[in-house]
Amino acid sequence: MNLDALYQEIILDHYKSPHGQGLQPDFTGEAFHVNTSCGDEVTVRVMVADGTIKEMTHDGVGCSISRASASVLHDLTDKQESNKFYELLDEFVELMHSQGKTEPNEDVLGDAAAFAGVSKYPARVKCALLPWMAMKDAMEGNTDE
Amino acid sequence: MSFDLANKVRPDFPILDRIVRGGNALVYLDSAATSQKPNQVIDAEAQYYREINATIHRSGHELGELASAAYEEARQNIAGFVGAKAQNLIFTKNATEGLNLVAYAFLNATLMHRNGQTKYAQYALNPGDVILLTEMEHHANMVPWQHIAQLTGAAIKYIPVSDDGVLELSEDLFTNNCKIIAVTHQSNVLGTINDVAKIAEYANAIGAHLILDACQSVPHLPTNLENLNVAAAAWSGHKMLGPTGVGCLFLSDDLLLGLPPFLLGGNMIENVTFEKSTYRSDNGKFEAGTMNIAQVIGLSAAATYLSEIGLDRVHQHEVGLTRKALTALLEMPGIRVLGPSEMSIRGGLISFEVNGVHPHDVSQYLDANGIAIRAGHHCAWPLHRRLGAVASSRASFYLYNTEAEVEQFLAAVSEIRSYFKVA
Repeated sequence: MNLDALYQEIILDHYKSPHGQGLQPDFTGEAFHVNTSCGDEVTVRVMVADGTIKEMTHDGVGCSISRASASVLHDLTDKQESNKFYELLDEFVELMHSQGKTEPNEDVLGDAAAFAGVSKYPARVKCALLPWMAMKDAMEGNTDE
Repeated sequence: MSFDLANKVRPDFPILDRIVRGGNALVYLDSAATSQKPNQVIDAEAQYYREINATIHRSGHELGELASAAYEEARQNIAGFVGAKAQNLIFTKNATEGLNLVAYAFLNATLMHRNGQTKYAQYALNPGDVILLTEMEHHANMVPWQHIAQLTGAAIKYIPVSDDGVLELSEDLFTNNCKIIAVTHQSNVLGTINDVAKIAEYANAIGAHLILDACQSVPHLPTNLENLNVAAAAWSGHKMLGPTGVGCLFLSDDLLLGLPPFLLGGNMIENVTFEKSTYRSDNGKFEAGTMNIAQVIGLSAAATYLSEIGLDRVHQHEVGLTRKALTALLEMPGIRVLGPSEMSIRGGLISFEVNGVHPHDVSQYLDANGIAIRAGHHCAWPLHRRLGAVASSRASFYLYNTEAEVEQFLAAVSEIRSYFKVA
């Protein structure tokens, strides 16, 4: 079934055992986003200091795509430089808007490359982007800069 | 038996022959969102454009006369379909516009009353007044009332919904300060058919205006609005085999004559000078500007189509399909059905949760099998919160669905939990 291209093993694994789930009490920026069409929710918290994301945590309710996306985002950005998040964000947004026509850059995106199949399903792009957009707002709202 | 109906009507619906994702034949189980259209409706709309297109009620030429006559004939036909008089039927863009029209007309009446126009007293909303809704309302029958309540100072109260999706009706809720009661005839999430006759009895005892959301009832159940004794009822055309872009609003004589207009402009006036305008007193008061003539004519063809089959038969057919699906889903491991398990108070739709699998993923899995359902909160977000669900998946049935389609749906649902590795 071609559904497997959407629900890659990596995505289902992250959905089953998410990383970085559970909000930490100390943070410099926080954002809460809702997908208004389905009610899915995500909260992202970041602790940014000295140009580094010391900690990224998230929580929420949602579909496999949005929950797995938050988990992968944690793996990619936790304890990384702030700049790296923005590079990843550009790359990931471009991939999501590619309608399945772009090969993902696995070197940059890592596990997030598994979301390439999502871009063929316009209704699901929002699900994959939900935690990324929340993190973008959390980063902008942080008091470190 | 009743399943013959689908096979009889399916040739009228060309879209049902479509091949969709994965090379699958389309199984369309999303009629509660919008129904498919038979050739008779598509042709009626096209024929209007090909043969008599002209603006109505203004043009003195032959086409104008033909278009006006066809529009008013359509009004007559659709009014008859719901047991109402043509003079009480107003065309809108959709049910949402119909409900907003009523809400805003009450707001206008309130403002005019506050400016000293005492004739609007019985429609004015004031602090201390109550707008009574139910916890199972669609946003279209909740958000406008919340807005109007905020602007007028009236309070919103709710008739509660029980855990199994039934209204907990009690006469105590219908206090004398209730001015407006707005309820759905059939829930678009739970499938519950509400006891409108009982609610009308309580509403009339306190002199409140009862507004009915009839979106899920008029297309599926034999409905007689005059017998139901409601002050207003709104529904959309596209859910009853008609075109998009047309809805209906029934207004009782009281509201039709008493409420001020909502949209203002051409056609709805009686006299206009530079200083002021006066308005028509008939249903034209609520139909400003060029109307959706082609869609109204298409909708009339839909009403004729449904009348010829008979709504009793349509309802029975849906009950057969829903009972089959409901019985199987209630026994399936890891499935939670929202709404009553009792078929006698249910219409032709079922919302459900698959334990461990989000509704979006449920609908994606079904879509890969060619099965179209709806996932989300179905514009009833507060109801989902009330039932402890983020969202749900909904399968809805109509006259063209077959028993074989229900079986395909059930087989696919039973595979979902193992696909997502939660079973």
